[in-house]
Amino acid sequence: MTPARTLAALLVDPAGAQALNDADWTGVLAVARAEQLIGTLAARLDGLDVPTRVRAVLADASATALEGRRQALWEAEMARRALRDADAPVILLKGTAFAAAGLDAGQGRSIGDLDILVPHASLAAVEEALLAHGWMWVKPDPYDDAYYRQWMHELPPLIHPERDRMIDVHHTILPPTARITPDAAKLIARAVPLANGLAMLSPPDMVVHAAIHLFGDGDLSGGLRNLWDIDRLLREFSENDGDFWIALSAAAVEHEAAAVVARAVRLSHDLFATPVPDAWAKLSTVDHWYRRRLLARDGWGRATRPATRLAFYVRSHWLRMPPAMLARHLWIKWRKTAGDREPPPPPAERR
Amino acid sequence: MRHSFHVRVGPVSFRIGSAWPEPIRQLRALYRDYPQDVGVPDFTVRLAPSRPWRRWVRPSVMIEGDYVIPDAAPLPVAHGLLAAEMGMNLQMAMGQRRFLLLHAAAVARDDRAIVMTGESGAGKSTLAALLQARGWRLMADEFVLLEPSSGLIHPFPRPVSLKNGAIDVAAAAFPDAHWGPLMRDTPKGAIRHLVPMPDGLAAGEQPARPVLLLFPRFGLAAEQRPVGAGEAFVRLTQASTNYVILGERGFAALTGLVRGVTRAAIDYPDVETAATMIEALW
Repeated sequence: MTPARTLAALLVDPAGAQALNDADWTGVLAVARAEQLIGTLAARLDGLDVPTRVRAVLADASATALEGRRQALWEAEMARRALRDADAPVILLKGTAFAAAGLDAGQGRSIGDLDILVPHASLAAVEEALLAHGWMWVKPDPYDDAYYRQWMHELPPLIHPERDRMIDVHHTILPPTARITPDAAKLIARAVPLANGLAMLSPPDMVVHAAIHLFGDGDLSGGLRNLWDIDRLLREFSENDGDFWIALSAAAVEHEAAAVVARAVRLSHDLFATPVPDAWAKLSTVDHWYRRRLLARDGWGRATRPATRLAFYVRSHWLRMPPAMLARHLWIKWRKTAGDREPPPPPAERR
Repeated sequence: MRHSFHVRVGPVSFRIGSAWPEPIRQLRALYRDYPQDVGVPDFTVRLAPSRPWRRWVRPSVMIEGDYVIPDAAPLPVAHGLLAAEMGMNLQMAMGQRRFLLLHAAAVARDDRAIVMTGESGAGKSTLAALLQARGWRLMADEFVLLEPSSGLIHPFPRPVSLKNGAIDVAAAAFPDAHWGPLMRDTPKGAIRHLVPMPDGLAAGEQPARPVLLLFPRFGLAAEQRPVGAGEAFVRLTQASTNYVILGERGFAALTGLVRGVTRAAIDYPDVETAATMIEALW
């Protein structure tokens, strides 16, 4: 078994830890770090008997995840205070939402930027309020700024320099140029309030968003972690609600995301043994490709399968925008970076 | 990876993989007196070609590993050892959570330690290295490990990275020392690694209690002033790479440190003077 597969198996069944030797552990920990799953692994293996060295690494990962969670929730609270007067519901997305709602998917999870969803009509007010409360633009480049405003599903990223935290303000969950168009109004209308004045997506919409984030956007980097989120969400929501699968099907159709949601469910079942209805269980031929990409990591934590990765990278742009627009965008980006692509010459040549 | 090397430095173990054999050969030679540890490592460092063909054509080394800085400039393979050392520093700076990391040097006698911190170029590496000839064992250069639960300093006796003029000064002071290769024309000028004296390596897993916190500055007339706990605290938060991510543990460790030690800033024209001032403060 490759270290990436061992990691997936261990996340599903922590008892498998007993069978690992030092070399296995070395590979698993390297993959878990590279895939940002080390905190999750630590949470899953908590209390089990593992070798001393491994326990020390996992204890560090747990402490890091705990502190990261505290900072993420604090950042959400800062956003809530800043947006108190903007008169818009603030819906937490992704990791911060999992943590704030106490979902299993948030256990040990690393949380990056703060992602929030607000109604499109409130964007200007939200932007103004954030700028007034100390957030600043990250991308001073006028092309990037204009590109975000015209073509993206979010404001250009903002950073709060004092806390060194980024916020992504979304008005929907995919760029308007993408092939599928989620129904942002329904996402907002169905959002579930949390105790502290913030909100999260409804359970079916949360799964749809996670699936779109994984398969409808991006090149699947960090995909294993995102698929793990989906496994945890599916397990928790279907356990709490007997009609969850029906609600999920309906939501997936409403957001034009039936195909990506079905793929997410199939792969989650395949890699993480998620209990799913029979009709959702069988992998398609193309799914095997996705699985290859999701597990493309070796025991040194290195990205493997460059051709598969490249194919998914090209695909991510293909999904995001029409071909002529893609060509123009890549051309402009290439011209901007071509100048500093090459590493500096070795010292002998510099003299 | 094709070539690899495991080593333990104090309480931290590293696995270093390389696409080329030379950096690993140099690491083996430099670390020959350290425990060669093959257990599960705390951190992985990878020395990889910046592009696939860069393994052969104008080989250039990217520093990768568990933790990576995007857009870091590659180094020529002739500086592979430096890349490995930088890679180990990077893993510590970004990934270390067991200890509060202070960008500082430390020396000890028995179980009592002096922590020396200050801006780069203040001479703390050179001072720490040279104090070894005056009855001190080297605990750490670059990174001092403060254990939050006990308040103790744990040794991290990496080879001391000496630059330019300091290389000759240390070579004169320690004629029998074990050195790495001299690397000229690095981004920081000439660099050579000095392996700590045997007593420092032998005590590689023995923690010590910090008793003196020093802010040394080389090249000025001898002068000394006390440093308040508040100032020391603020300066150390700036000298720590993981103070923020350790949260409350980091705060407690650092306030505990600055309260429990004698704190002084010293200016010194030469090591002889510094050593005398330290003996008096200690």
